[in-house]
This record gives sequence, structure tokens and C-alpha cells, in this order.
Amino acid sequence: MKLFPIRGGIHPDYRKELTSEKAIVALPLPAALYIPLQQHIGAPAEVLVAEGEMVKKGQMIARNQGAVSASQHAPTSGRIRTVTEVTAPHPSGLPQTTVILEPDGKDEWGELPEPIADPFAADAHAINGRVARSGIVGMGGAAFPSAIKLNLGEQKKLDTLLLNGAECEPYLTCDDRVMREYPDEIIDGARIMAHALGTPRIVICIEQNKPQAIEIMTRAASTFAAIEVIPVPVQYPMGSERHLVQAITGIETPARKLTADLGVVVHNVSTARAVHHAVRFGRPLVARVVTVSGGALREPKNILTPIGARVADLVEFCGGFSARPESVVNGGPMMGQPLPSLDVPVVKGTSGILALTAEEINDRPASACIRCGSCVTICPCGLSPVEMSAFIRKDNLEGAAKLGVMDCFSCGSCSYVCPSHVPLVHYFNYAKGALNDLERERSKNERIKTLAEVRIIRIEKATEAKRAALAARKPASDTASPGNSPSSNSDEAKAATDEKANA
Amino acid sequence: MIASMLIAIGSLTAIGIALGTILGAAARYFAVKESPLEEELKAMMPGSQCGQCGFVGCAQYAAALAKGEAPITLCAPGGKVLIESLSQKLGVAADLSGLEEKGPEHAFIIEDLCIGCTRCIRECSTDAIMGANKLMHTIIVEACHGCSKCVPVCPTDAIMMVPVKVTLRNWHWPKPEVENTHTEPGVVHAH
Repeated sequence: MKLFPIRGGIHPDYRKELTSEKAIVALPLPAALYIPLQQHIGAPAEVLVAEGEMVKKGQMIARNQGAVSASQHAPTSGRIRTVTEVTAPHPSGLPQTTVILEPDGKDEWGELPEPIADPFAADAHAINGRVARSGIVGMGGAAFPSAIKLNLGEQKKLDTLLLNGAECEPYLTCDDRVMREYPDEIIDGARIMAHALGTPRIVICIEQNKPQAIEIMTRAASTFAAIEVIPVPVQYPMGSERHLVQAITGIETPARKLTADLGVVVHNVSTARAVHHAVRFGRPLVARVVTVSGGALREPKNILTPIGARVADLVEFCGGFSARPESVVNGGPMMGQPLPSLDVPVVKGTSGILALTAEEINDRPASACIRCGSCVTICPCGLSPVEMSAFIRKDNLEGAAKLGVMDCFSCGSCSYVCPSHVPLVHYFNYAKGALNDLERERSKNERIKTLAEVRIIRIEKATEAKRAALAARKPASDTASPGNSPSSNSDEAKAATDEKANA
Repeated sequence: MIASMLIAIGSLTAIGIALGTILGAAARYFAVKESPLEEELKAMMPGSQCGQCGFVGCAQYAAALAKGEAPITLCAPGGKVLIESLSQKLGVAADLSGLEEKGPEHAFIIEDLCIGCTRCIRECSTDAIMGANKLMHTIIVEACHGCSKCVPVCPTDAIMMVPVKVTLRNWHWPKPEVENTHTEPGVVHAH
């Protein structure tokens, strides 16, 4: 198959050899699991269990609520210690509502939904429903609820399901290992997903630096004519879904559009495996493979981790630190975010935990931009980091937005190549957050305005009605009792909130 | 010859005078009373008519701004965002020095102290307070825009302003602090 070139990109030192030959090993059950209610993009799940309750493995402990959300399940059997605020695996170090589960050591499965006997005869809704019920989210890192992405077939005309096994981030090898060890599960999951989406074709993209995975997956896929395994060039950020789609179709996804608009839906290989488990066995997503690596770690490993194990448990399982880590990163070294502490849980979107030494990070003070243009040459989105950062430094966020800072997906290539070590991607992360803040402020102001207008109209109507009543009953005393107005006020406040919600 | 010239000049003059009169009359009788700038400024205001700027409502403050009679920093609910957009619109330098650096706030009712007098409910211009007579009141945070008009009317001092909480949803990275992105002149790096 003909591949199309993608723009820019870099070739960092991959350092995958630290873990690429290490088979997946299961983490011994830790003393407690910390399961956050929000491990995904969208609304947090609604908790279903209370302190002291006994749960079985796979039992739903928090239900998805709202349009975009995902449910959470008990990763093992045990007792709910409490539901409380615990530091999130997020650079802010802010707390989030978390269910704390004490395993009883039996690891007993609870009652699971019936397996779907013949998924290829089943309705797409049945499969999507099962995926949603199993709490599956994108396991490549973004953690977007998968069932919603599997519904895209209803709204758009799709022709390809693209399975992302590129794993272009340095250090990470979890997808590589899953492809090598469970190829048939991935292929089966992919076929089920393609059936739900209604796509005739499945393409599995793997970077050429994983020859074993390519070979094993090609062999596993050889019996299915619709599946094609495509080795893609080693070029960061090849694993970005927009860039993979561009590599196989030659079409760049327009800004603020989805790859589904081009007829392609992208899912991670591990997500396909989770779908296989959910559909064939009724098992929800309760564990994932995490690459624990980095120069500061004594024994890097690929670990099958129950959701909610603490990062500290993983580090301990890897023999602890051999050197002082300068930073512990959640995800890959390029796009990963620093962790506030080791006492945070592994969640569904955690693909890697990296303990990096000072040499590996190579953090140096920024000096002046020499306008070499390297960042412009390598930007895979065709943006101009040098100009955008100059605007942001001078607090002209609008100017940066006009240059397209919102289309930056923070791959970090510009910061990587900058000879002056200007923290370019940091500027863009800040600008994107600040621009989102402004947008939120704007929409809130709109809402407030509507509320105020509705209130004025209501008060006018009320005075009008009072006057009419007064006129009708000529010299009657003021009939409006003071108790009435506030209660009607609160009723209408509710009505106004509903109105706002509808708007 | 001269006659035809005079006819041409005369007719053009007549047309000029007639059109000028019509235009003049139109300008007088069909004039837009509000300046378009005032309308635009009004649209930028929060529109909650809280009156904290010292004017009766948002429209009056907008009018004063349009005439250049009021500073752009008076609107409390609009906050820094409004001040910045006003300074861009009006070309006035935003003087943020007098403004204490405080983030967005919302009202909070200490429920143990609330006696259910409904005074704050009557004061709230966005219906952000729920409650009834002799029943505890509470703030609908999404509808509160932090004008703090409810604070002084409370007979039991049960209302206070609290900063809007930073959560995982609205947190974002701060601006990176780069000390020296421009090499100072005269600094020569020895090699």
C-alpha cells in the first residue's frame, strides 16, 4: 500500500530497548486500590458503592452520567474502605473523588453480563452498549470514551477502522508487547469494532521499529482479507491520529474536524483488546499494561496493572530507584505530564510511568530565540511556533489564536529541536488553557445576561398582573402575601436555569 | 452658448441644493439617537444590572464609557476580561494597577446562619439564589456572577464571597517564566 508523507516531525532517541524484550508481568495485588471517578474525558461517573460494602471483581462501582462519560468497575474483589478526595495523577496535584478498595485477596469475579455469542450477527447498538457498560476508554492516552467513537458510523460515512499501534513515543513499549503477546485478541476486537462501525476495511499501523510486532500481527491478520498491517516510518509524532490518517489516505484532517469526516476512525490496539474482552467474556476494563521505565529505575518492566494501583506500588515492583529521578512522568517523555507525587493511582489512560534522570531530561535554561526556523520546519501541524510564542510571551493570546495555537496538539517537537531551549510547548499549553478559560468566561457571561433579562421580564409581568388585579378589585388591600414572591422566585429561578441548560 | 452654459450650471446648482436640503433634513429627522459605540459597549457588559459601577445599570455605564466620562475599570462582575476587551475597543490603556489581583468569585451562604429572610433573593439580579421564606437559601454557583450585592443585605452576615474553585476541569499550566530570552547588549560570551 502506498504511504503518504507527513509534515515535519523529529527522530528522538527511542530508548525502547529498556523494556521491549520484557514480557508482560502481572503486578501482585497491592494493599489498596484507588479508583478515581473520572479517568476519562467528559463528566465524572456517579458513585454506586458506599463505605464498608463488599464488591466482586468486575462489579460496576460508578455509573457513567451525561453524554460523554465512562463507568468504573472494581478491579478485584474486596471491601470499599471509603470514597474520598485523593490526589489525581495530574500535574496540578489537585484532588478528585476516588473510591478506595481493599482487596480481599480472592480476586473473585462477580456476575458479568452474558458474552455476545456471535458479535458479527449482533446489532451495532448491542456492541456499543456493551462497550459503554464495560467502561472502555481510549487506551492510547487521551482516554476518550470508546463507545461514543464506535457510534460515529451512525452519523458519518466510514470506510476504514485504523488501529493505532504506532507507539511513536520514546520508552513506551506496552502496545508493542500487547501486539506481540495477544495478537488474536486484538484482531478479534478490531473485527468486532469494524462490524459496529460498519467499516469494510481495517488497517493496523505499526512503526517500523517494532519488526516482531509487525510480523506477528501480519501473521495473525493473514486469514482475514479485510485486515491490512501497514508498517509506517519511524517518525515522531506518527502515532497522532490525524497524522496516521494522513499517512494512509494522503488527506490532512481539517482543523476542528474529526478524522471520521474523512471516513476513518482511529482506535488504539489495546482498546481493541479491551473490546474483545468485553464482548466475548463480558469482562469490563479493570486492568491495563503499563510500561514502567526510565534511567532512574532499577528494573524497567511492562506491567499488567489493576486500575487504581499506586505509582509507588509499580516503582516498588520494579525494584525501586537506582538514582534520584529528576522527574516522574505520566505517559511518554514527549507528551507526558509530570506527576505531583508517587501516591497517585494508575488510571485507564496511563500508558507509561517514566522515572527520568537529570541527563535524560536535559533541562537547560532558555536563551534568546535566534530565529533559526527549526521549529517551523518540524511542526507536524504546519504552525509557526516562533511567532505564536512571541505573541504569548507578550500576552497577546488573540494573536496566537489567529496563528492557530488551538490546533497545536502539544507534541513537543518544537521544544525538542529548539537550540535555545525556549519552552515553546509550555507556552502553547498555557495559551490553550488561558484561551479556554476566556471562552468559558464568555459563555458564562452570555448565560448571566439571559438570566438577568428573563428576571426583568418576569418582574415586569408580575407588576403588570398585580396592577391588573388591583384595578379589578378597586379599593382592595394589597393581596400579594410576602411569602409568595420568594417561592415563585425560586421556581422561576429553576425555570431560568432549565432555559439556560437548553440554550 | 452662454445660455446653454448657464442652464447646465443652474440645473446642477439646483440639484445640489435640493439634494443637500434632503440630506440635511434626513440627518436631522432620521438620526440614530444612540451612538453605535454605546450599543456595542452595552453588548459587552455582563448585563446583570447590578449597579456596582455606581451607575443605574449596564446601559448607563456603557453610555458614560462611550462619552469617555467613566474609567473602564468599574465593572466588578466583568472582571479583568471585560477591562481588557474594553481597553482594546476604546483604545484606552487599561490601568490594572489599582485593581487588586483577585480571580473570579461567587457568593456562598453559610447555611447554619441563614434564617430564610429572602432579602438576598430579592437582591439577586440573575436568580442565582434558591430558597423560600423561613427556609434555608443556597447559591446556584453556575448562575452567580459574583456581583456581591447580596452580601450587605444579609441580616445575619451569612453570605460571603469565595473564589471560584480551581478543579481538574479548569486548571491549566501557568505561563512559563523565562528570565532572559533576549541577550543583553554588551554581554560577550567567551569561547
